[in-house]
Amino acid sequence: MLEPLRTAFRLVRPEEIAIVERDGDGQRPTMGFFTDTTLCIGCKACEVACKQWNQLPSDGLRFTGHSYDNTRHLSETTWRHVAFVEQIAPDRSRDRSRWLMMSDVCKHCQEAPCQEACPTGAILHNEFGDVYVQPDICNGCGYCIVACPFGVLGRSEIDGHAHKCTLCYDRQKGDMVPACAKACPTDSIQFGSVEELRAKARQRVEDLHARGQTEAYLYGADATAEYSPLNAFFLLTDHPNAYNLPEAPKKPVKGMSARYGFSLLAGVALTALSAVFFAQGGRR
Amino acid sequence: MPGLGASFGRGAATTYQQDLANSDCILIMGSNMAEAHPVGFRWPMKAKEKGAKLIHVDPRFTRTSALADLYVGIRAGSDIAFLGGIINYVLTHERWFKEYVLHYTNAAVLIDEGFQDTEDLGGLFSGYDPKTREYDAAQGHWNYQRPPDQETQQDSSEGEQGQGTGKQQKSRRGRKGVHGYGLMGGATAHLQPKSASTEAQPPEDPTLQAPNCVFQILRRHYARYTPEKVAAICGCTPEQLVEVAELLCANSGPERTSAICYAVGWTQHTTGVEIIRTAGILQLLLGNMGRPGGGIMALRGHASIQGSTDISTLYDLLPGYLPQPIADPNHEKLDDYVQYEGLSTGYWANFRKFIVSLLKAWYGEAATPENDFHFDWLPRIDGDYSQLPYFQQMAQGQVKGYFLFGQNPGGGGPNARLHRAGLRNLDWLVVLDWFETESAVFWKSDPTGPQPSQIKTEVFFLPAAGAPEKDGSFTNTQRVLQWHDQAVDPPGDCRSDAWFVYNLGKRLKRLYADSTDPKDAPLQNLTWDYDYDHPHLLPDGSLSRIEGEPDMEKILQEINGFNLQETDPRTGKPRLLSGFSECKDDGSTACGCWIYSGVFPEPSRNRARDRKITQNPVQPEWGYAWPHNRRIMYNRASADPQGRPWSERKKYIWWDEEKRQWTGYDTPDFEPDKPPDYRPAPDAKGMAAIAGDKPFIMKPDGRGWLFAPGGTKDGPLPVHYEPVESPVPNTLYPQQDNPTARYFEGPLNALAHTPESEYPIIATTFRLTEHYLSGPMSRFNSWLNELQPEMFIEISPELAAEKGIEHGGWMTVISPRGEIEARAMVTRRLQPLVVEGRTIHQIGVPFHWGFAGETAGSIGNDLTSLVADPNVSMHEAKAFACQVRAGRAPNQPTQPTKPYAPWPTREPVPDTPPSAQPEGQLRRTT
Repeated sequence: MLEPLRTAFRLVRPEEIAIVERDGDGQRPTMGFFTDTTLCIGCKACEVACKQWNQLPSDGLRFTGHSYDNTRHLSETTWRHVAFVEQIAPDRSRDRSRWLMMSDVCKHCQEAPCQEACPTGAILHNEFGDVYVQPDICNGCGYCIVACPFGVLGRSEIDGHAHKCTLCYDRQKGDMVPACAKACPTDSIQFGSVEELRAKARQRVEDLHARGQTEAYLYGADATAEYSPLNAFFLLTDHPNAYNLPEAPKKPVKGMSARYGFSLLAGVALTALSAVFFAQGGRR
Repeated sequence: MPGLGASFGRGAATTYQQDLANSDCILIMGSNMAEAHPVGFRWPMKAKEKGAKLIHVDPRFTRTSALADLYVGIRAGSDIAFLGGIINYVLTHERWFKEYVLHYTNAAVLIDEGFQDTEDLGGLFSGYDPKTREYDAAQGHWNYQRPPDQETQQDSSEGEQGQGTGKQQKSRRGRKGVHGYGLMGGATAHLQPKSASTEAQPPEDPTLQAPNCVFQILRRHYARYTPEKVAAICGCTPEQLVEVAELLCANSGPERTSAICYAVGWTQHTTGVEIIRTAGILQLLLGNMGRPGGGIMALRGHASIQGSTDISTLYDLLPGYLPQPIADPNHEKLDDYVQYEGLSTGYWANFRKFIVSLLKAWYGEAATPENDFHFDWLPRIDGDYSQLPYFQQMAQGQVKGYFLFGQNPGGGGPNARLHRAGLRNLDWLVVLDWFETESAVFWKSDPTGPQPSQIKTEVFFLPAAGAPEKDGSFTNTQRVLQWHDQAVDPPGDCRSDAWFVYNLGKRLKRLYADSTDPKDAPLQNLTWDYDYDHPHLLPDGSLSRIEGEPDMEKILQEINGFNLQETDPRTGKPRLLSGFSECKDDGSTACGCWIYSGVFPEPSRNRARDRKITQNPVQPEWGYAWPHNRRIMYNRASADPQGRPWSERKKYIWWDEEKRQWTGYDTPDFEPDKPPDYRPAPDAKGMAAIAGDKPFIMKPDGRGWLFAPGGTKDGPLPVHYEPVESPVPNTLYPQQDNPTARYFEGPLNALAHTPESEYPIIATTFRLTEHYLSGPMSRFNSWLNELQPEMFIEISPELAAEKGIEHGGWMTVISPRGEIEARAMVTRRLQPLVVEGRTIHQIGVPFHWGFAGETAGSIGNDLTSLVADPNVSMHEAKAFACQVRAGRAPNQPTQPTKPYAPWPTREPVPDTPPSAQPEGQLRRTT
């Protein structure tokens, strides 16, 4: 079923695009990010490095008053975003006061709802196993934007296409570390093969627990009942929703058959109902 | 940094940032390291990963506090009280490192009986003259006791300052305002020879029991800094103080080390030098100096700011921390100058070699032994030309012209309004910068200033090249010289600062070439030949477009120095020096900055260019650290008095008995073959006078100075004084503030002398990661501006409620110097403190905004004042008095001078097909 699409893409960019299965091309490991929020110092070097490398525009000058966060969320022009969560108790007691920082990014889901929703096939898993939007194939329908449970994607007002983190596809092709991970001074953002990163992350959680930081856990490293593992996963110390992440992300496609069924039934029911009404009207 | 110089001998960070990873506990105080030094903060984080404790003590809960294991909020300006409390804890609980303190510090040394401490004189030391507001260390008997055989000699000279020669009597007392002496040598005023206050082998009491030994003086001095008293002053709890003290004590000793990091949160006080001294005393008592994972990390805030004090852009220093001579008979001849500024024991005994080599580097063949190497050509200081008094003079119309290289006093100077008033009173001003900063557009865009028609200053703006557009070196916070190569030519008319200075010098030399006036001789004879010998090529092999660029490696070679009598067969030029030990005082060597000597030991071997990663964790082949590539200074102290490592865990430098030399991971900061049991003869001079167990070789006695008989102008021991503008009285002493602080009061620089009910709130300025200094490099870039787009002020919910200020709404801050407006950032990260039973509020004022750039906002430094610490003329932006109210202020910057550009740069990547261009360019494809 992929063959016609593959041919179509080859016509567009023969050397640039390699259509592969979602787990990479099988010749190399799937690459991803491990973002350890306990190491994040909120410097936003990742945000700036991302914008500079990818030549993304500034989002405008808006003082939000929301701690030190003035870019607010991921968007078509902000592919790394540092969230600031001030949790300081009114009495400033040490046990109940902290300031959490977390560098958010596209999760590069192993089974990506955006890709499943894309009607043109513009979204694919590239040879590194990462979710990539081809801007020249994208028709700007915006289905991916609503499909993403993390609110990662956005559509540009300028070129009309959807954009998001490419996991520095171009840098990876040149054997370079993605710009954000390269710029991170404290190794809060680590880049590597997802398998190795997961092992490292599990060790890190164990170490933190041993040191008494028992609230540390991994978000997205493993599959849940509802969702696939994430190739960009996180180490958190509070509920996901404290960081503006969904507690239990859902795949829209999972409920699709039920919803199709419901729509079908509703259609049948409405048809029947109107038939009844028409029949009554005819009688009058 | 005389705070470090007076304690240890050299005014620079004693360690390097990477070594913080080896610490067991790191106290960050007076610094917001995670925000202001995010890249260096990698290493404290590495230490934390290994289980080290991170402590942050600060008026504000910052991103550094968020990452620390323990945060303690204190009142701005109460640092000496807090550290004094820790010293008291260490002493009363007998937690000091006995063997270290006994051998490596001056704890056992006996101080002159005539010395009186602040305990006896209500917060003043002996030797204070209320008329001049200065101390005379000799009058105050701050000196070591003389050995018995010298008593008579000393008695006869006492009271006459020094040795009572004709010269002494001639010398004027009226040198108020001349600063910066003894930054590294550490000595009393230069009315007497430096070495007069200390002896290489002073009388000691090894039992530490004598009432006038340093240890007992220290114990008495800090006895009143009890946890309860300190807590009442700082606004913390006694338990918090004890917890910090206990963490430091538990992580110090033979097996463990603690480090202290500070930045301008300590220096920008009228007691700044003494705060750093307090940290020095603490680290000496805990035995953390000269050891891996220990030391004091002075975090310096600008690129190459360490380099600019080493090579010295300061008016009172020559390169390598040699003092600039002053207009005084004591500095008339080279011999006088060496006698009064050099030391007879310790490394500074080589003083003459360094000044002669410097004169040879500057004046070449014109400097000969017969003409005193033309020491007379060096400009003499006749007043205080440090920034604050200088701009005050400028505001009074006493300065005609000014060059500004990458500095923005109009937006970032303390009391920036007064700085702008100074710029408005110039005839001409030259600004070299990337962008038109506040200091370049003050004449047309300053909302607080007069109409442009009323300003006479003629401003010349010259576009400057960026770091990737020029060759050169950085010397950053850890004393490492790092070379950077020019990658591309600067665009258009942009030129490097070096290009500008070099060509200006060439033109001036041409202009005065035929002059017969003797005062032009120094300019005529100045060595000024840095043209390229070969075509100036860029890394890609193409020829540089820029004409007249000096060869920066030639300049570094001059700094490194030459032996003028030997010719290198490879170059046919004088042989490069291998290090400063080769410097001579007979004129046979030239050396532009002795502490950097060794950086260019051979032609084509620029060690600042080294980037080799080796097995040695110290990484000695990555860049070049002065002095002599030592990464941790005073590292002799990493071994015990017998030369063995204190512990296997903290092994660093040790004595190899077989080879009869010091060895280890770093370059020993000690004579390499002086055995630990070496004891000097009673009359030994120079390095021969330093015993084998005295690691602080820059000191005349080789000891770390708990008690500083000289080197600072505000006393031999640190004392808690309130900031000049403090809403609370000093409850430790009757003396309210630093008795030697210097004032520049005038209509533009009013002060709220303490305690004032009109200005009850304490303000402290701070820095954000997202912007750089007053913004000249960041507020013209929309990628940075979007991250922090507007001036704001941090204020606690309690104070906001009291004043009716809303989060995100406008608020106004008023200080005696003026008022500014900002968005209110109401956050619990700021907390009201209970100080001596009263609730005291603090606010945080970032100083990144101004009227030039893409985002405009009020200038935080319009609130701060000119008031100076006596040692280095540093102002007090980290604690001053203010009042706040809700609403906006008049005449504030609202219109940016540069329109908003979503893409700071938007040029296609060359030699790259359209499909591979960066995706964020977002061009309409149809």
